[in-house]
Amino acid sequence: MSSHDALDILRRDPRAEWIARNRLHPLHGAVVDNDMAEQRGPSGLLRKNPHRIGFIGPNGIKRIDRLKGNAAASVKGRRSGAAQAVQLPLHRVENPDFYIAVVADMVGGRLTSHDKDVLGQAHKLVAAMAGEGAVLTVCFGASKEAHFDTAGVDRLLLLDDEIYDDYCPEQQLAALQQVEAEYQPQYWLFPDSVNGGTDLGSRLAARLHQRPAVQAWQVDHQTTVCRGAGGTVDITRETPRVLMLAEECADQIDASRHEALSVTLTALPTVIAQLQNQGPVAVDPNAVALAEAEFILSAGNGIHDWEQFHTAAAVLGATEGASRVAVDDGFMPRFRQVGATGTWVTARVYLAVGISGAIQHMQGIGQCDKVIAINTDAGCDMVKRASLSAIGDSEAILGELIKRVQAYRAQLSVAGDQDAA
Amino acid sequence: MQPNSSQSHNLNIATLVSVGKHPQSGRVRRADQDSRAVELGLRLTADNPAGLTVLHAGDPAEPSLRSYAGMGLAAIKVLQLDPAADAVAPLGEQLQQCGADIVLTGVRAESGEGSGMLPYQLAEKLGWPIVPRVADIVAVQEGVAEVLQALPRGQRRAIKVRLPFIASIDTAAPAARQSAFGPAQRAEMRVSVIPAETDTVRQSWDEAVAKKRPKRLKVIKAKTAAERFKAATAKSQSEGGRIMKQEAVDEQAQAILDLLIEEGVLR
Ligand SMILES: Cc1cc2nc3c(=O)[nH]c(=O)nc-3n(C[C@H](O)[C@H](O)[C@H](O)COP(=O)(O)OP(=O)(O)OC[C@H]3O[C@@H](n4cnc5c(N)ncnc54)[C@H](O)[C@@H]3O)c2cc1C
Repeated sequence: MSSHDALDILRRDPRAEWIARNRLHPLHGAVVDNDMAEQRGPSGLLRKNPHRIGFIGPNGIKRIDRLKGNAAASVKGRRSGAAQAVQLPLHRVENPDFYIAVVADMVGGRLTSHDKDVLGQAHKLVAAMAGEGAVLTVCFGASKEAHFDTAGVDRLLLLDDEIYDDYCPEQQLAALQQVEAEYQPQYWLFPDSVNGGTDLGSRLAARLHQRPAVQAWQVDHQTTVCRGAGGTVDITRETPRVLMLAEECADQIDASRHEALSVTLTALPTVIAQLQNQGPVAVDPNAVALAEAEFILSAGNGIHDWEQFHTAAAVLGATEGASRVAVDDGFMPRFRQVGATGTWVTARVYLAVGISGAIQHMQGIGQCDKVIAINTDAGCDMVKRASLSAIGDSEAILGELIKRVQAYRAQLSVAGDQDAA
Repeated sequence: MQPNSSQSHNLNIATLVSVGKHPQSGRVRRADQDSRAVELGLRLTADNPAGLTVLHAGDPAEPSLRSYAGMGLAAIKVLQLDPAADAVAPLGEQLQQCGADIVLTGVRAESGEGSGMLPYQLAEKLGWPIVPRVADIVAVQEGVAEVLQALPRGQRRAIKVRLPFIASIDTAAPAARQSAFGPAQRAEMRVSVIPAETDTVRQSWDEAVAKKRPKRLKVIKAKTAAERFKAATAKSQSEGGRIMKQEAVDEQAQAILDLLIEEGVLR
């Protein structure tokens, strides 16, 4: 903890403060921020006064600071190390002339990178059209997303009633029809993804009698280029009202903040669902390909009790992964190896037990959302990458975790039985 | 997984098939998802072969239709249309006429527009429910089908739906059986010529061989050399991860469990 805290110490420069107090000091002009080195001339041109730029160094030579404010701002006293959070400019839309609707996938309650691509595309369309437009984002189910503003959401319609928690495309379609009636969005944008975007977009297009563009990857307000015939031809067509966008269709928003104002619908229709969700079906986690597993329990050189590790994976319902050392030592099969020479995984949660975090391993988990580390070494790279690290012996922590998960499961099934009774 | 014979003896299944295209060679073939749909139809009507109707809208002389027939079909029904015609309206009428209980299609066609809208438009036209990305139909009992839907990351969801309905078949469904040449040649093509409206919207489109999409580059918007250097050398680190060092083992385990529950990965 010591190394971390040391970075946050406020460093003062007494000499610079003294110079700032002394108006007669030769360096005073350079230290105090009132230099008028750049001024607008009468014609509006930027005029630079070369005599005011820089300062005279200790041996009488002029010094010009070319670090553009990146050097130590000596007077203010700087916090070294801690990166300053930059406040991005706020993009405001007071009275939107029109809306562009984006229906986000929100896998696990957060915007996916695909969702953010679509939001970027929406802002590209807004910019190209006359008038002031707002991007209305529709999200179903409980949300854990904290950064709607920097992703480019002007208006947020969060439908997190209980009915939306389950799989309910018909109910969602009814809500979207209500949005259509209340906001008449200029365009409807969906991520063309297996996470529900394609299905919902197709349903809405059929309901509105629109002919959507699918796998669209180059869109402006006039023409759209989309993939057809299983991705083998490019179709260039007029931009339709309903679009299902391919991944990386546009750049994500990264240079502005947006209001993310909450809006609501005046009426929430309920429909009688024809599809009855019977819940997820248990699949063997180890039958799922490692590259597409959602939850991976990965073992490294810090695992000594392999029986316990396999039990833990079975209890947690996680797919097993391994570092190269665990594979080379013969404890795990080669196809379980994660990393540069193994599999590049996309898990949402990656639980790394006794893995130091060599760069070849980290490359393989670059796309993972949440990394949890169990390790004896608090300074290793895996701990730096992880959102939660437990420092301690893997055997003890895994053993405790197994017990707690079993207790949690038992508690759930008791509650389930009571519900059923 | 085989449906019980007593439940499905009077099941009426229609499978819609299209012309496939091999993704690498571009050769005409039976479409992957469509042939899986035929396979599922054959399994569901194993003891009532007359219950399966395989329908194609287009050119009856199309050679790839024969490779569907080679899976053991006695006949394929072809609605002969102009190549530029819209297939939705005639297919909808045909399905209503033949009294199908379940309509199976692929998710997206391998040729043509390939938008995957056909099952949705049919569902809208007929007022039937649609179940997208079906991996299997487990049982049909008393007019209710139990369907397994394929989800991303190899997961499955069970859904119950009342007949009649439309299902689009995912690549996760059981693989299609081989196609045999002899039966393929012997199968009958029941052609009916249908007048249909031309798809005028599509005539204004430009089609070209797909261009390779440029990869997105990681643009570093650094203003100074120091920032650029940092961007090029910094390791990926999550900011402000929680490190539990002094806590007891049970506290650490509980924290991990809480995170797993919050993320919803414990099923
Ligand atoms: C060309 C090349 C390609 C490679 N490709 C890959 C690849 O694809 N995938 C890959 O994984 N590696 C790859 N490697 C190897 C990589 O460089 C590392 O050697 C390897 O990842 C280290 O594995 P590890 O973290 O399991 O072992 P170690 O580095 O030995 O780390 C073990 C960790 O476990 C901790 N530990 C020890 N005992 C315990 C305990 N009782 N409880 C808790 N924690 C404990 C230690 O503190 C340490 O952090 C490659 C190397 C090369 C040269």
